[in-house]
Amino acid sequence: MALSGVEIFKLLPKTNCKKCGQPTCLAFAMKLAQRQATLDSCPDVSEEAKKILGEASAPPVRPITMGAGDRAVKMGEETVLFRHDKKFVNPCAFAIEVKDTLSDSEISGIAQQVVNSEIDRVGQKLRIDAIMITNASGDAGKLEAAAKSVAAKAPAVAVIINTGNPQAAEAAVKPFDGKKPVIYGANASNLDAMAAVAKSHKATLGIAAKDLDELCVLTEKAKGLGVEDLVIDPGARKAKEIIAANTLIRRAAIKKNFKPLGYPVISFAQRDGGLHEALVASVGIAKYSSIVVLSSIDKWKNLALFTLRQNIYTDPQVPMQVEQKIYNIGEPKADAPLFITTNFSLTYFIVSGEIENSKVASRLAVMDSEGLSVLTAWAAGKFTASKIAQFITDSGIEKEVANKELIIPGYVAILSGAIEEKLPGWKITVGPREANAIPTFLKTRA
Amino acid sequence: MAFTPSKESYAGKVYALTLGTGDKAVTVGGENVLPFHSFEGETPNRPLVAMEVQDVPPADWPENVRKAYEGVSDDPVKWAKHCQDVLKARAIALRLIGTHPDRENRSAEDAVKTVKDVLAAISVPLIVLGSNHAEKDTAVLVAVAEAAKDRNCVIGKAQEANYKTIAAAAMANNHKLIAMSELDINLSKQLNILISQMGFDKEKLITDPMCSALGYGLEYTYSVMERIRLAALTQNDVTMQQPLLGDVGMYVWKVKETQAPESDMPQWGSAEERGILWEAETATALLVSGAEVLIMRHPKAAEAVEKVIDELV
Ligand code: SF4
Repeated sequence: MALSGVEIFKLLPKTNCKKCGQPTCLAFAMKLAQRQATLDSCPDVSEEAKKILGEASAPPVRPITMGAGDRAVKMGEETVLFRHDKKFVNPCAFAIEVKDTLSDSEISGIAQQVVNSEIDRVGQKLRIDAIMITNASGDAGKLEAAAKSVAAKAPAVAVIINTGNPQAAEAAVKPFDGKKPVIYGANASNLDAMAAVAKSHKATLGIAAKDLDELCVLTEKAKGLGVEDLVIDPGARKAKEIIAANTLIRRAAIKKNFKPLGYPVISFAQRDGGLHEALVASVGIAKYSSIVVLSSIDKWKNLALFTLRQNIYTDPQVPMQVEQKIYNIGEPKADAPLFITTNFSLTYFIVSGEIENSKVASRLAVMDSEGLSVLTAWAAGKFTASKIAQFITDSGIEKEVANKELIIPGYVAILSGAIEEKLPGWKITVGPREANAIPTFLKTRA
Repeated sequence: MAFTPSKESYAGKVYALTLGTGDKAVTVGGENVLPFHSFEGETPNRPLVAMEVQDVPPADWPENVRKAYEGVSDDPVKWAKHCQDVLKARAIALRLIGTHPDRENRSAEDAVKTVKDVLAAISVPLIVLGSNHAEKDTAVLVAVAEAAKDRNCVIGKAQEANYKTIAAAAMANNHKLIAMSELDINLSKQLNILISQMGFDKEKLITDPMCSALGYGLEYTYSVMERIRLAALTQNDVTMQQPLLGDVGMYVWKVKETQAPESDMPQWGSAEERGILWEAETATALLVSGAEVLIMRHPKAAEAVEKVIDELV
């Protein structure tokens, strides 16, 4: 919970020396409370005040970066429990588990799959973010060898080393120095040694606890040992436990600013069967996991998980819009049909998807209607005959088409006469009301 | 530092609603916490997956889901029995899509016959859906509500344009009713109020805030459901405490991701598994945001959702 200006003022030197650029300590305190100034502007502030203020102003879920470079993954920094309140900040990372009992070529193969997992969807690049290398063999040498294979094959991919053995961790983490790996597996019996390894390699430490109580104890101990970059595992494995633990953690962090649980959460979704695993992962995506660990990364599964993550993490306040322009679907020739619709992105996806389904190359004119759907935009006066006519004229599409025919959505059939009047020489055709009738509509025209 | 979990207890509660009759009757809702929050309250009833069947063969369904019903989908009775007996569906959702004027334009009498035949063949609860043509649904649903009297069915969907007649028919014949509005919490609330003002018991309503598929606006449905549920629980808003419906299959099996063959979209992987997951994942996300009743198409998607529900309850 943020401190008020007065509470901050009590911690300042109260000398009004003006070195911070403010006339008084109180004025500076007010600026701090509004986050318009930072504490380092006051040279005389006490160490104790620094500590208290620093903690109070830190985000409720600590920001952690996993990996480095273009594929670095940001986690934490969340501020709400429900996505309709405010955008969820850092989309959860997907990690594929690779066991060190696999052969070198199998490990390299999976690493390659991760490198190639990137898909472009609605302008965003989506991919498997990390590889978890698990010490399933119990043998430190095998873990180190697996780590080396991964580092060679997928040098840009973020890595999580999964072992409870500090010596094994020490050896396996070396290839990732400078790349912010996660060392997962600090527990009640090995915490000191694991923290030391994380510290010397500037790695994030993954805390594996049995339950929330133990988790709080371990994160506080780790912090006492000087390791503050943590990801936390509350021991939840069943989907129901994941919802319970993740909800209690997020609530404690956001509503109570409870620091011992203010870290990104790692969830384990590995199951027999990709379908079931994907659904458990979906629960993690919706309910606050920052890392979801998977046992397989088939393309069909990746696409669905990436899409859900994208849906959950979109900004609820921004109406989703696509750019106003004339989109080609397939490779339309001069005599291809020309449709018009609004720029609400859902409308665009559905209409363009149906035109694609019909396999008739077409043009789709998408008009800026402030992100409203056809009926709403029409009712709000954003999708009117004169605006449509203006847009078509300005677009210059006239020069590219053989027949001046414009297909309008069936919901605005009423506009056809008025558009025809304002677009001399054009024929206005009323298309279907629902996009799913487009394929039939195009078929019957042909 | 000791941890005291901050558990929430809410003022409101979701109505428990029973559909069907006899020992196959199913009750949904009844919880006084957010979905699957059994760690802090009551979650007495398991969500329900109803399998969709249609009054006409599903010629417009993509191959990958159509083929799951080969040999049974030419006849709604066979199809419904297959869902009940082989797939072990706990409920059937019969969509009278063939009554749509742009489709086979079957008459209300044809629909009545189909509903009677299906009801005679099954013992699990039946949800009867119109073709989503506001005017035609009025005639069709009034007739089938009467024909299904005493089987405690769910009739749907009543929308702003046609709720009066449909709600009256559901009320007269003792059915439950789906009230559907388009992705807006205020419209949902308003429709519930209008229907209750007719004297329809608000505890016999199911709210359908309109489904959307994964990748095609799922987040809208997700958040509308979450907000409806929060209004029901935290504000104890008695006009929003109905169980929620996700009409998943219909929205999912028309998007590109459930249809495009792998040969067209190599980076999307197996089309069959992709389609099944698309439906199951849409359903799972809606369960987590508040849905108690799901209408689904692919047997494997429904099976996977039942399995994840096993892990959630
Ligand atoms: S520099 Fe520090 S001590 Fe000086 S006026 Fe500003 S806040 Fe007060």
